Formats: sequence, C-alpha cells, structure tokens
Amino acid sequence: MSEETTTIRPFSAAAFNQYIAEHKLMGTRCTKCSKTYAPPRAICPNCHSEEMEWVETSGKGKLAGFTVIYTGPTFMSEQGFDRKNPYVSGIVELEEGTSISARITGLDVSKPAQIKIGTPLNVDFVEFGEGETKKTYLAFKAQS
Amino acid sequence: MPTSKPLSRGVAIVGAGMSRFGAFAEKNSRDLFVEAFKEMTKSIDKGLDPSVIESLYVGNFSSDQFEHQAHTAPLLADAVGLTPIPATRVEGACASGGLAIRQGVMAIASGMYDVVLVGGAERMTGLNTAGVTDALATAADVPFEIPAGFTFPGFYAAMASAYMQRYGMKPEHLMNVAIKNHDNASLNPYAQFGVTIQKWMEGRVAAAIKKGKPAPTWSTIWDFLHDESGNPTVAWPLRLFDCSPVTDGAAAILLVAEERMHEFTDRPIHIIGSGQASGSALHDRPELTAIPAAKIAATKAYEMAGVTAKDIRIAEVHDCFTIAEVIASEDLGFFAPGEGFKAAEDGVTARNGAKPINTSGGLKAKGHPVGASGVAQAVEVFKQMRGQAGERQVAGDVNLALTHNVGATGSTCAVHVYERRN
Repeated sequence: MSEETTTIRPFSAAAFNQYIAEHKLMGTRCTKCSKTYAPPRAICPNCHSEEMEWVETSGKGKLAGFTVIYTGPTFMSEQGFDRKNPYVSGIVELEEGTSISARITGLDVSKPAQIKIGTPLNVDFVEFGEGETKKTYLAFKAQS
Repeated sequence: MPTSKPLSRGVAIVGAGMSRFGAFAEKNSRDLFVEAFKEMTKSIDKGLDPSVIESLYVGNFSSDQFEHQAHTAPLLADAVGLTPIPATRVEGACASGGLAIRQGVMAIASGMYDVVLVGGAERMTGLNTAGVTDALATAADVPFEIPAGFTFPGFYAAMASAYMQRYGMKPEHLMNVAIKNHDNASLNPYAQFGVTIQKWMEGRVAAAIKKGKPAPTWSTIWDFLHDESGNPTVAWPLRLFDCSPVTDGAAAILLVAEERMHEFTDRPIHIIGSGQASGSALHDRPELTAIPAAKIAATKAYEMAGVTAKDIRIAEVHDCFTIAEVIASEDLGFFAPGEGFKAAEDGVTARNGAKPINTSGGLKAKGHPVGASGVAQAVEVFKQMRGQAGERQVAGDVNLALTHNVGATGSTCAVHVYERRN
C-alpha cells in the first residue's frame, strides 16, 4: 500500500467524528460527479462511483428545520438540558448542497415561533466532559 | 423505476384480532400475542384448526431493549402452540408490522404457503420514559442524527417547523388531528386512551378537586390544549397531545391463498396492493414536508392494486405524531401538498367525512406498541370493511381501504391496499 493511501482516513463515522474532535466539519466528495456529502459517504448515491475524497466544508449553511426540545435523551439531560433549559436541534443545509443534523445555538428558545427557516448559520463545535471522556458535538450558530 | 405487477396468486385476510392496548405491568409481549391470537381465532367465521398454519411472520421492533428478550418469533409461535412451523421476526422500526404483512403476502403469492399467520407485538412500558426515548432513538441514524440531540418527537417537530413555514399551518391546526383521533378511540374498546379530550380534561379537573388542589380553569378543550400544565410542550411545536403514547400490545391476522379462503370465511378481505420503500436519514431528503419512501410505497401499492387515491374509502395511517398524519394524507395522494391540515380542520378526515382517517383512534389514541401497530391497522380495516366496527363503523360501502405504516422518520414505509368483493 502506498504511503498516500494509508494517510487517507476511511470514509466512516469514526473518521468523521475524529475530524469533529479536531473542529473540522469534513465531508466526502465524489471525484466523478463532484457532489459533496456530509455526513460522509463511501459510495456516491448520485453516480454510484466509489472514488471519494475528504474535503473540508465551508461550514456555512442555513436552517432547514428545527425543534426546541424540552424532554431530551439521557445524554442531553446529563449535559444540563431539561424542561427549564431546553435546546435546539436542527437540520442544516450547507452551501455545498448537502444537509446534516446538528445542535443549533444562538437562537432565542423562548420564542420558537420567531425562529425562521432559512436563518444563516456558521459551524460551531460544542464540547462536553474532560480528558478521556471529552466529547465534541457538531453545532451551528445563528449569525447575529 | 419498474412498475408493480399484480400478485401472481391472490391473498386474503380471513381473520384479524388484537389485544387490548395499554400499559400492563403484569404482561409481556408473549401474553399480549396470545390475547391477539385468541381474538383473531374468534373472528374466523368457519373456525380455525391451528394445525393448518404453515408459517409465522411477526413484527417486533426491539424486545431486546424493551424486555431484554431477543429471538422473539419462536417464543411467540410456541406460546400459541405452533412450533415447529417456521417463525420469523421482521424488524423495520415502527413499520415492523407492515413489513411482516408484506412478508406474509409474498410467502403466499410465491406459492410456498397457503396459510400464514402474521403478528406484531411490543411490550414497551417495562422501561421508564428516558429508557423508552433511548430505545426508540436506536431507530434513527445513530451516529449522524442522535448527537444533534434529536428525539423522535424532535424529528417530527422539525418536519412540522418546515411545514408550518412553507404552508402557513399553525400548531393549533395539529390539535384537530388529536381531537379527531381521541373521538374515534373513545368508541374503540381496545384503545389505550378510549376517551375524548373533553373527558380527559374533565378527569384532570375532577382529580385536582379530589386531591384538594385548586381546580384548573379550562372552560374548553382548546384552553386545555393550549395550557402548558394540561398539554406540555415536548419538542416545539409538538406538545404531549401531538404524540402517540408508549404502549403494550399485539395484533394478529390470518392470511390465506384465495383458492382456500372459503374454508375459513365467505367474507374475506383481499390484499390487492403492497408497496414498500426505504429512505435516508431525515436530513438527507430533498424536502422535510413529505416522506419520499411513503410516496413511493403508495405509488407501488396503488399500481399493483390498479386503483387511485381517490378510490380509497378509509385509511389507517401512521400518526405517531399529529404532523405525521397530515403529511401521510398528502403523501398518499388524498390531498395536495399543504392541504392536509385544512382537511383535518374541515372534518374531511373524520369518521363521517369524505375520507375517514384512523377510525380506530390511530397510533395517537388507540396506542402505539411499535412492532404491532402495522398489523393493528389491518385489524381495523378488516373490521370496518366487514361492517364489524361497532359504534365507530363508517357508513356506506367500505369496499376499498389502505394502511400506511412508517418506520422512524420515514426510512421505511409499507403501504397496503385492501378490497372487499361481496
């Protein structure tokens, strides 16, 4: 195996999360049809090519759908979110034309009816825990 | 995409039954399946000799997580005395039951079997709310959707947010779906919540007075539904009464090759269309206001049946959340995109409307034992089409019906079309 191919990370969730921990929102681009995917894909669903490459996304996007969650999963409760402190989860359409699920910050959770689909967003990273247990989560922040 | 051909051998439902849906501390999914099987047997006009059953397909999402019991199918077959017939568990999240029906249909249409039992069972209330939330979350795209903090109410709420902005719907519009489905469930003795929202509200007031607490001042159900203490927000814009409950329950139907159906009944219900499709995670779809897999499954089922959306008299659709019923009614072609919520508001989908939806009470009020729900939908259309739905019976000739069963946010969908010929 050549040195070049061994340095390419696999097109996997683990590699994607490793990039997130490095504060990079990476996607995979099809070298045949040029479509970009984040979350990453190992096979292009558009042209079925297997020739993919990692690319860093612009990190810019807009809000396609969202919710303010009052009753979250266990790991969100552990991070201090509850009925009194709800949080926003959303779907973000990136400039590259691909969409991804993420936490959304910088919005007024007390006035959800005023949050607009299409709100411009920039990539952000939220960290929780210390040392070995530290986890980095993909987030997007509303441009103010 | 290739078109769907009619089945090479006809398939009919000759019996259908379900357990009572609810929260049962003393019952496991096996006990519930036994109840459903007995109800199904009772419904067969000419009686059933169980030894003629050749195979079992059972929908079950996750007894592994809910009951710490995997490998469910042979246990269910054994519980109703059917071993050593083949027993196969079918999993497609909340569409597990719909997929089990489809497996049964294919098994008979292929000529392999003449008599197939299709079941669905889920016992969910052994876990607390947090446990159920975490278990259901495994039906999502775990590495790429769950870290965002999404829950299932959250996914459907995000769909609702996009729908509201695109079509001008308000959260209040969704309450019409909940009110209708509770009305229907109040006439269904098998329902988990067989009460209207009016009665529910009155019960809350009475309970407060009994406990010596200040009585809530709701004067109408709309006050109640708008009040955080009556109807708390779960995932904006969805509130508690927009969500289906956590349920224990089971359902069973007997499928038979048409050439043998008269051994069992002279009033069979034919399955004339079956469609199934898969889809990506919610974020990877071209729009959030429709479910592509549902549209494709419906198209396939209509094609196979040789009917159109307009021909369907009643439908049981997958209303895991109120917004899901609105979107389903559009994906199935009953209403144009953006019109589904208006149809619910105008009573078109009510029992006495032009297109009755979820006469059983739906997942919302009948209950949603996830792996059983798809089969319970078939139980309802079987009863409605044979005029056996009691007080909730739809008037007129219910000769054509449809069921629509969705897994997760729509990464699986199964649609079936049913016909009564006499």
